[in-house]
Amino acid sequence: MTQKIVVTGVGATTPLGGDARSTWKALLAGESGISTINEEWVTKYELPVTFAGQAKVNAAEVLTPQEIKRLDPSSQFALIAAREAWADAGSPDVVPERLAVEYATGIGGVWTLLDAYDALKEKGPRRVLPMTIPMLMPNGPAAAIGMDIAARGGVRTAVSACASSTEAVANAIARLRSGEIDVVVAGGCEAGIHPLPLAAFAAMHALSKRNDDPAKASRPYDVNRDGFVMGEGAGALVLETEEHAKKRGAKIYAELVGGSVTSDAHHITAPDPEGTGAARAVTAALKQANAKPEDVVHINAHATSTPVGDIAEYTALLRVFGDHLSNIAVSATKSSTGHLLGGAGAIEAIFTVLALHERTAPPTINLENQDPAIPLDVVTSPRALPDGPILAISTSFGFGGHNAVIAFRSYQG
Amino acid sequence: MALSQSEVLAGLAEIVNDETGIAADAVQLDKSFTDDLDIDSISMMTIVVNAEDKFGVKIPDEEVKNLVTVGDAVNFITNAQ
Repeated sequence: MTQKIVVTGVGATTPLGGDARSTWKALLAGESGISTINEEWVTKYELPVTFAGQAKVNAAEVLTPQEIKRLDPSSQFALIAAREAWADAGSPDVVPERLAVEYATGIGGVWTLLDAYDALKEKGPRRVLPMTIPMLMPNGPAAAIGMDIAARGGVRTAVSACASSTEAVANAIARLRSGEIDVVVAGGCEAGIHPLPLAAFAAMHALSKRNDDPAKASRPYDVNRDGFVMGEGAGALVLETEEHAKKRGAKIYAELVGGSVTSDAHHITAPDPEGTGAARAVTAALKQANAKPEDVVHINAHATSTPVGDIAEYTALLRVFGDHLSNIAVSATKSSTGHLLGGAGAIEAIFTVLALHERTAPPTINLENQDPAIPLDVVTSPRALPDGPILAISTSFGFGGHNAVIAFRSYQG
Repeated sequence: MALSQSEVLAGLAEIVNDETGIAADAVQLDKSFTDDLDIDSISMMTIVVNAEDKFGVKIPDEEVKNLVTVGDAVNFITNAQ
């Protein structure tokens, strides 16, 4: 029999809260984590977008001065989230060779890279910090977590833009089913609220420009949506074989029952309007779960609030679920958190897990006038999910034509 | 104005503390950077660059390997001022 995989710990640091619990509470309360960026560079460069979902946590208050100095902000967020998840799981006693990390980022250490370039231009090569490379490399966050928990079973980094951390969670499944690994810390992070990525995303008209009302800017499925809102932070999940979790008496949030990755080969940034690649990822994840589309009661959708993306995802979901789609409670939590890029899938995986565990689908805020072209049953205030065994999925799609979908089932002991 | 040896030591100890978290009063003349203070080569290079800025001296890369103890570094900086 295939080994079951369970979620035993969650950790997050987001624009809504410094940890998973406060984030979830703020999400259920319908709060927005989006606000104006109060940095001199916003006006200095006359950025066309002046707001974002900035992390609530002050990393300097949580980490040591040396950790702050030696880790890019993306790795700082990653470490904060991973430590919370690890503690939440009861700091499992696991053989280091049977402990692995699957931890993603979308961009990597962009602050480190660009600060180092500034130092080079202004002061010369000798003033480029010797830690620059290990700080900017995209596997930096995964490596930092691996060092922290002494994971010797392999530390890997999925990089697939906004699908990265959902892919990382999906990648954990094979590791845990291989029989070689008992526990995986999986997730992803991002710290890209820097003038360059902001200017670059704005240049491609991907970002909302609702500068006068930031809290209302991320509005998936609304007719007046005008782009996504950049967010920053991290999420981490402790994933474990059921056997290992039960042996140590761990609390279990939910079961991870499927994860699939497909690619569109259609366009470097635009989603395939037919949604076939995304639909294949959903179908494959459900097949792994031995589930039918009709079993799904809740979707944490990718739903970034871009005019094109939200419709493309709807088309893909309709392809898989057909008439049943109208029975599914859909939450678009980026309305509250903004889009954490390489961290988005991780925090949305946590939201999906907590939704199953607490049988409550979180709300989608700012849905004032639902786009008639997307007739989904969008959850706008916390909604109870049914009793009994229930299934939920979380979807993520990334520039490059990446589609990643993971499926969780409520855990029945 | 040139700093005294004890002033250089105090300044260097501050740099070491800032980079590594090692208590400033543990940074003493007879301590080896690697064997006693457990400072790796990456931290050492950062300390060297920060010391150059702080004391207004130049510490060539080929000289860094000769700075085994804190005293070696303090003497080099004191003489280079």
